[in-house]
Amino acid sequence: MSEAYADRASREHALYLGMWVFLGSETLLFAGLFGLYSAYRAGYGQPFDEALRHNEQWLGSVNTLVLIVSSFFVAWAVHLTRNDRLRGALWSLVAVVALGLTFLGLKAFEYTHHLREGIAPGALYHYDLLPDPAARIFFTLYYFMTGLHALHVVAGLTVMVWLIRRIRRRRIDAHHHTELELGGLYWHLVDIVWIFLWPLLYLTG
Amino acid sequence: MTALPDFWRADRGLRSWLLTTDHKRIGVLFFIGVSLSLLIGGVFALLLRLELLTPDRTLFSAATYNKLFTHHGIVMVWLFMIPAIPATFGNFFLPIMIGAKDVAFPKLNLASFYVYALGAIVTLVAMIAGGVDTGWTFYAPYSTVSLGRVGLVATGVFILGVSSILSGINFIVTTHTLRARGLGWFDIPLFVWAIYATSIIQVLATPVLGLSLALVGVDHVWGLGLFDPELGGDPVLFQHLFWFYSHPAVYIMILPAMGVISEVVSTFSHNPPLSYRAIAYSSLGIAFVGFLTWGHHMFVAGMSTFDAGLFGILSMFVAIFSAIKVFTWTATLYGGRIVFNTPLLYFLGFAFLFVFGGMSGVAVATSSLDVHWHDTYFIVAHFHFIMVGGTLTGFLAAIHYWFPKITGRGYSERWGLVSAMMVTLGFFFTFMPQFLLGNAGMPRRYYSYPDRFQWLNVLSTAGASVLALGMILTVGYLAAAIFRGDRTGANPWRSRCFEWRVPSPPPKHNFAEPPVWQIGCYAYDVEDHGSDDVGAKEAAS
Amino acid sequence: MNELFRTLLGLPEQASTVATQIDYLHYVVITTALLGATGVAAAIIFCLYRFRGDAATENHRGPSAPFWLELMAVGGLLGMFLAFWLVGFRQYMTLQTPPADAIDIYVIGKQWMWSFAYPDGTVSNVELRVPAGRPVRLLMTSRDVIHSFYVPAFRVKQDVVPGRMTSLWFEARRPGTYDILCAEYCGLSHSRMRGRVVVVPPSQLGDREGEQSGDLAATGQRVAAERGCLRCHTVDGTPHIGPTFAGLWGSRVPLISGGSVVADGAYLTESMMDPLAKLHAGFPPVMPSYFGRLSAVETAALVELIRSLRDRGGGDEPLAPAPTGSLATPTTEVPR
Repeated sequence: MSEAYADRASREHALYLGMWVFLGSETLLFAGLFGLYSAYRAGYGQPFDEALRHNEQWLGSVNTLVLIVSSFFVAWAVHLTRNDRLRGALWSLVAVVALGLTFLGLKAFEYTHHLREGIAPGALYHYDLLPDPAARIFFTLYYFMTGLHALHVVAGLTVMVWLIRRIRRRRIDAHHHTELELGGLYWHLVDIVWIFLWPLLYLTG
Repeated sequence: MTALPDFWRADRGLRSWLLTTDHKRIGVLFFIGVSLSLLIGGVFALLLRLELLTPDRTLFSAATYNKLFTHHGIVMVWLFMIPAIPATFGNFFLPIMIGAKDVAFPKLNLASFYVYALGAIVTLVAMIAGGVDTGWTFYAPYSTVSLGRVGLVATGVFILGVSSILSGINFIVTTHTLRARGLGWFDIPLFVWAIYATSIIQVLATPVLGLSLALVGVDHVWGLGLFDPELGGDPVLFQHLFWFYSHPAVYIMILPAMGVISEVVSTFSHNPPLSYRAIAYSSLGIAFVGFLTWGHHMFVAGMSTFDAGLFGILSMFVAIFSAIKVFTWTATLYGGRIVFNTPLLYFLGFAFLFVFGGMSGVAVATSSLDVHWHDTYFIVAHFHFIMVGGTLTGFLAAIHYWFPKITGRGYSERWGLVSAMMVTLGFFFTFMPQFLLGNAGMPRRYYSYPDRFQWLNVLSTAGASVLALGMILTVGYLAAAIFRGDRTGANPWRSRCFEWRVPSPPPKHNFAEPPVWQIGCYAYDVEDHGSDDVGAKEAAS
Repeated sequence: MNELFRTLLGLPEQASTVATQIDYLHYVVITTALLGATGVAAAIIFCLYRFRGDAATENHRGPSAPFWLELMAVGGLLGMFLAFWLVGFRQYMTLQTPPADAIDIYVIGKQWMWSFAYPDGTVSNVELRVPAGRPVRLLMTSRDVIHSFYVPAFRVKQDVVPGRMTSLWFEARRPGTYDILCAEYCGLSHSRMRGRVVVVPPSQLGDREGEQSGDLAATGQRVAAERGCLRCHTVDGTPHIGPTFAGLWGSRVPLISGGSVVADGAYLTESMMDPLAKLHAGFPPVMPSYFGRLSAVETAALVELIRSLRDRGGGDEPLAPAPTGSLATPTTEVPR
């Protein structure tokens, strides 16, 4: 334990604060992209929206559902742990990993589908049915934003796997589970970012 | 009570340094890193000033010159200026000043040093392996089409940004959660407020820098094209994204220096600050309003008149917060008991250079005037007045102020005064001519220039040589002092501030037991019986 | 006084109509800066001397400043800064708003030279020739990276951006030759990307707009055919894929994003470089950008062609119904 903290409660409080500050940082990262998106959408108008309509709404919506359910399982795992039901908590986290992998799988499916049509980011874009530069910009933003988000999902899954291992090694229990709560917070952020990405990239205005 | 070994001697061997979690040692490691960076950036500066002695080729080709000024900017901004005071003196003194044994996350602290080192190495390797010539501002579309190591340099700076964020998180949490018992927010030294406000900016602004560099880097390497007009992109949007970070970044650079000045002024005048809250709140004000002014870098970039007006007015507001500080520092001297030492001479230099530099900022925020001055040497002079006249002066003041506390020794006061004057005068003659060059119409980043600009360029280079000599002199006598300086006590300046109540140098965990301070850090009304150990007074009272 | 300050500060001659006013503001602001910095330093030096002491002397802390005094000092300073801002902003608006009778000249910036095209069809790669005493508006774009067109003697500057059109105006007071410098770093020979403005007495230039516009318009007709413009635009009022050129010049164009704009040289040039920026409502967004594909004289010629058709029967009926569901905010008419 750190020398600086007199007791465990203080240390945990500090860890929470640190995580929230970090989440603030992550929020700004995505906020910059949202700003860029807004500027291009306002500037291009209709042809941008046309490209947006080309994204499969059902895919985006299923992915949103997947992440929301996974967030529920994270919260459930925390609840179970607080009540010393560690087996249940472990399986809850396994569900989170499964759902996270499902999310990534659906994204991979979507990317493949797009790439086959010729929808690739930036200079590689060559989808003739939407030749407008606005479409190219929309899809480039789409790839970058969902790609950056997917990286965060991978990071979150890594954290989940680590938490599963810690539970199995009995390093997490009803009285010592700060890392579970903080990892859960991170997963919730990843979920919330997607909930903003979803309407921007899939649902028309 | 047996004396604890100081932090230098507490653990021995290279491993104990490379794997330390002692915030003071990490501060020293950062000090080595930023000092080397200052040297490298300074060498780049000297080389480009030498090139500018003649209107055409002096020593280098245009291609090399363009890389020189780019590398100078990148090294100075990200390897030196951003971490210079927070990661060194912030790291060293923040915990002590709030009565803590260390920062909130000591291992994270060590990690932030290694991340810094990694970022610095990647950036420098990229410079050696070809370098970049885009200017430190990486404007698209030139940055995405130029031949150069844009992707690699962007990666290096991105990593440096991560280090900055990690430090920021650590300092914010430390200040919130590790203040000693009885130490409220308005009992802590003003330097802590400065570091705290700086950390808020670091945490919120740096991600946007990471994003803009990532977008440019990916564009350069893989043709992402978000700022490429041929692919439907808008190059001006890059500027918005970049300056959204880089304007608050200048407040990351100046706020810590202001924190140092607050401490120096009170200590050497033996006076509490005229208004503690004015300084504390204005630090937060700068941090907040500083996020709203980025457009003043873009008055001629093609923005609407309305936006230009809005950004201009907000820029005027942020200037007021600095003015409040300057008034407060000056008035703090009034009625004091002033002992004139090298740190105070640096304050005098800071006051003139920072005020003039800041007022030149008010001038360029005046939109019609900026049309003439934008991207000329006037702007170069403006920001160097603040960054060198402000931040570097603050950094030097910090070194001279806290040298006895960190090393337990004193340096030659005479050499200190001489080199402070050399640095200030050398600086003045380097950059004052550049205001005139800008007025005359010399744009920045110019390898060759019209003949009539030559005499001012020669004057500027002469000043730079004096500045360089002053800096070398400073290194000289300070290095000598480390090994042969007279040993000092805990509180040679008779300061009330908390760091002077621990031994010089401090022991590894700062305090034998958590301190409970009865006497405030600016309580100069408490009588001083000549003892240099305020701690003894505390124990006695 | 003006000359004294101007020389001391190293400013170039005040060769444009706006330069003197701008310089007056400059003098006030910079003098205040110098006085402020010197004043603060002097106050500090005074305190250093007056209150010097050593360990033995006692503190003589004078009364702290009353709050109202602090407030007045800060308020006064803020008021002064805002006054600077106000005067500067009004001057800035003047700089951004060209007079209605300005002559339009087209400028292309590219690594590493300036190219100028005049209403009469001539082109120059070094020299911008303008008459004294007439306002001149420059319509500028870049072929490659961002440049910046800067004439120190006129106190004017504007970035020249690829993919869009920016503008700048000035009125030269008297004949002379003035430097043009590129003020946005653009690569290897950025510092050599220079030119000159040659201001000639008005009698030497004359109004050649009407005189030779016939030649330029004919060039425009040829360019329009060769470059495929006529595949979508007609010259006789017939509705087609794009708006007809007949009667277009000077008409009010409704925009797809709401609002409207007058079809002048600026709008037409911009529409060639960045067609989607201000799309004519009722027409499909299919026009490609001619950025990098038209020379300055070709651009000028096309504009002249459209201008020459201003009296032909126009009144455009869109071929397709106007699209609905536009999300963009209404554009302002301030040139970007």
